[in-house]
This record gives sequence, C-alpha cells and structure tokens, in this order.
Amino acid sequence: MSQDLAWSTLGLAGLFAIIFSTLPIAGAFFFRPRKSNPGKTASYECGLHPKVNPLLHIHIQYYLFALAFLIFSIEILYVYPWAVNFKTLGVPALIEMVIFLGVLLIGLLYAWKKGGLEWN
Amino acid sequence: MELIEGLFSLIKQGVLLLPKTLLPAEIYQRFEIQLSILIGITAILIFAPVTMLFLTWLERKVVARMQKRYGPNRVGKFGVLQPFADGIKMFLKEDIIPLAVDPVLHTLAPMLIVVPAVLLFTVMPFGRDLILVDLNIAILFIMSISSIETIAILMAGWSSRNTYSLLSSLRAAAQVVSYEIPLGFSLVPVIMMSGTLSTQGIIHAQEGGWYIFTPWGVLGFLIFFLSGCAEVNRSPFDVPEAESELIAGFHTEYSGMKFGLFYMAEFLGAFAISAFGVTFFFGGWLDPIQQLTGVQVLPTWIWFMLKSYVFVFVMFWFRGTLPRFRVDLLLGFAWKYLLPMALINIPITAMWHFLPAGPIRWTVGWIVGGGIIFGAHQAFTAKRLKRLYTAYDRPTRPDILKANASG
Repeated sequence: MSQDLAWSTLGLAGLFAIIFSTLPIAGAFFFRPRKSNPGKTASYECGLHPKVNPLLHIHIQYYLFALAFLIFSIEILYVYPWAVNFKTLGVPALIEMVIFLGVLLIGLLYAWKKGGLEWN
Repeated sequence: MELIEGLFSLIKQGVLLLPKTLLPAEIYQRFEIQLSILIGITAILIFAPVTMLFLTWLERKVVARMQKRYGPNRVGKFGVLQPFADGIKMFLKEDIIPLAVDPVLHTLAPMLIVVPAVLLFTVMPFGRDLILVDLNIAILFIMSISSIETIAILMAGWSSRNTYSLLSSLRAAAQVVSYEIPLGFSLVPVIMMSGTLSTQGIIHAQEGGWYIFTPWGVLGFLIFFLSGCAEVNRSPFDVPEAESELIAGFHTEYSGMKFGLFYMAEFLGAFAISAFGVTFFFGGWLDPIQQLTGVQVLPTWIWFMLKSYVFVFVMFWFRGTLPRFRVDLLLGFAWKYLLPMALINIPITAMWHFLPAGPIRWTVGWIVGGGIIFGAHQAFTAKRLKRLYTAYDRPTRPDILKANASG
C-alpha cells in the first residue's frame, strides 16, 4: 500500500469517525424527551447549589508538569528517528545518543532536586 | 484453515460483488480501490462498538465474580444482552444541558473523545493481511492521536462550570501528559530492534522470537502497560474519575448518549492499549504453536484476539483488586520511577544488539540486563520502601505473649 493511499484512507477514516461520534447524539435528538425544569438545568456539582465560580483557582503545579512534559515529548521526537536507524548508524550514534539522554537525565534530576516534581 | 484465515477477505469479495454486478465494468474498475477502502472503514466502525458492548458486559461480569456477586444475569443468557439494554436506555434519556455550562464545548467534548479512540483501530494489525492502513509511521500516529483525548477531557471539565469537574479534568491532563513520556520511551527499544515504525513491520521482526523474552522487552512491556492503563484512566490510575472524591469526575454534568460516548472512549482505549501491547511485545497475530512446531492450529486473527483479551482481562483484574493511587504518588510514579527505568532500558537494548547472537546473548544479556534492571529498581524504590516502613508503627508482640512463647 503506497503511503499516499494510506494517508488518504486515514483522512477518510477520520471523517467517518467524526460522523460515527455525531450519530448517537444526533439520533437521540429525535427520541429523547424534553421535559425541562429549573431543578434539572441547575448544575449538579455534588447535589448542593454551587457557591463559587469554579474557574477562579488553578494550581500553578499543573504548569510545572506541563513544562516538563513539553521538554520530554520533544526529546521523544528526536529519539525516534535515531531508533529507527539504530542498526545502520552503529556505535558512534549510540554514544551520541547516550550523551543526549544523559543531558536529558540531568535535566530530570535538576527538576527532581528543585522539587518541581513534588505535588503539594 | 485457509478458509477461516481468509474469512474477512472473502466477506469483502462478497460485498464487492454487489457493485460489480450493478455498475458498468469501466466505472467499477475505476472505483474498486475506493470501494474496498470504504468496506474496510465500515468494518472498523462495526468492530469498535461491538468490542465496546462486549467489554462493558465482560468487565461487569469479571469484577462481579471477583467481588463474589453474580453481575448482570437477567437480560438474556448470562446477561449478554445487558449492554444493548443499557444502550437503548441511554439513547432514550433526556439530554440535560445545565444553564451554567458552555453549550458548544459541552456538546463537542464527547464527540471529540470518541474520534481518536476509533482512529487507533485503523493502524491495528488484526491478522496477517487484516489491517486497514499499514502506515509507515504508525507508532508516531498512535502517540499523537491518543493525546487528543486530553483536550477532550479538558473541554468537558472546563465547559461544565463545576468545581469537581474542572479539578478532575486538570488532574486528568496532568496524569495523561505525565504518563505519555514513559509510554513513548518504552517503545524506543522496540523501534531500535525492529528498525521500523510500522505495526506490521514490528510483528514481522518478531518472527525469530517475541520481544517479551528479552530483558528489555519485559521492562518495556511493564512500563508500556502501566502507563497505558494510566493513559486511558483505568483503575488503579483512575484518579480523574475518583468517585469517592470527585463525584463522577469530568462527566458529572453529562447525561444520556453523551455520557455513553465517554464510556465508549474509555473501553475502546482499554482494548487499544491491550492490542498494541500485544502487537509490540507479544508478537501480535503470530501463532506461537506455528512458530514452535510449524503446524498452524488457529487463524492469525483469532490469536490476536486471544492475546488481546488476556490483557483486557488483566486490566479488569487490576480494577477488581487494586486500590486507587493518591495524586502525588501517581505523578511521582511516572516521573521518578517509570521515566528513569525507560531511559535505562535504551542502553540495555543497545548492549543486547551488540552481543553476538546465540547462547552468549541469552545468558550474558539476561544476567547483565536483568542485573541492571533489578539494581535500578532497588535504587529507585529504596527511599519509598524506607518511608513506607517508617511511616507506620509496626505492630510488635505484647510482652505477655512473648513470655508465653518463650516459656
């Protein structure tokens, strides 16, 4: 299978997947009851009436993990092409990659030491 | 045997007969490839909901048996029609959109969460010739597609305007991005040894021996499976849906079919993780009996299903037996244990490759590789174990019992 055909098949599959995920909701539109009342349309939350706007506080901790994720997920993109050609590139590329991963590991240890990976 | 092996291509030929007789030969020749692709996509879109329905029934049955209950046993024999009854019920339920929510994001989130879960099935090798798209960068595709689910969960939590939903979706985002890193690095050894990113190529590379029989394969599979369970928010990593702390998590405000779509995405993800774990480490559709004796007993697609369902069962087993992680331990487990172990796995794989093939590789590789893995495991868990044992006053024997025992 040529890769052009593969990607066009994937695009078509994506289109069908979107239709597939829309159909149940669209289909239920014709069958579901519509008996709304103020009690139903209030936020459920935990059964009591919500008191505060929930969008006020987001902990800074999430951003630290997002930053660490960003660094490492880009590293993965660098490692994959090397991994595919590992057998042909041989020892020199392996040593380079070990150095690269070592730098990566030092970064992880730094974040660890600074408490960036601790959850409070 | 050949008949069962080629069952699905026979069905495809049978379905293609209809346009062949109806359309003029010229137009049929022009559109034959497109028609067969459409049939393939339709097969995936039939397979996905059937798998989901079967898995919901299986999970309730398996977990019930582990908790000494019967599980569903009223609708149909052994309750097999229960998922259909649930589906019809969800379909006929009122779709409540609370006044406070953002209606557009609230409606889009369940649709968006199903799309990547279904797309994962397009690159899944079900059998020897049974794959919709043999993509050359399938692993990259899997990694990129599966992270879309985070956005859908964030959309659901953000649009609900609900403290617990927002908290749950943020936790889910933190968890999924944390576990994506070990998941990605655990596949690097597989790519190194097979030299390809295509799923079929990886299976063909395992014809000489499954990757699970090597030290890096064992470690890689464990990391892959655990982080995969966390990716799809399965127990014991189901912190985002922790019903005892967060009501129902990000789908608290959903009802009817929208809730059903969240449910569907979770089960499709669980099946996909098991299936890809089998593909990358357990030889996918390769027939172990044929590899040993040369006699094919079962068609390849049945082998794939059997192996996948073993790991689906293991996931249900986790849910039946393990308590839920705490949030800080959950993130610490990904960053301070799984990620360093996954990085250590890469040099071990390189060592395995440079050892001469044969008995030397098996003995030296296993002893050195296993030793490094065991040592690293001890080093990374030493602090945790120490803390675990000092945190509690260990029960000691009362003096009176001591005296009795000695006397």
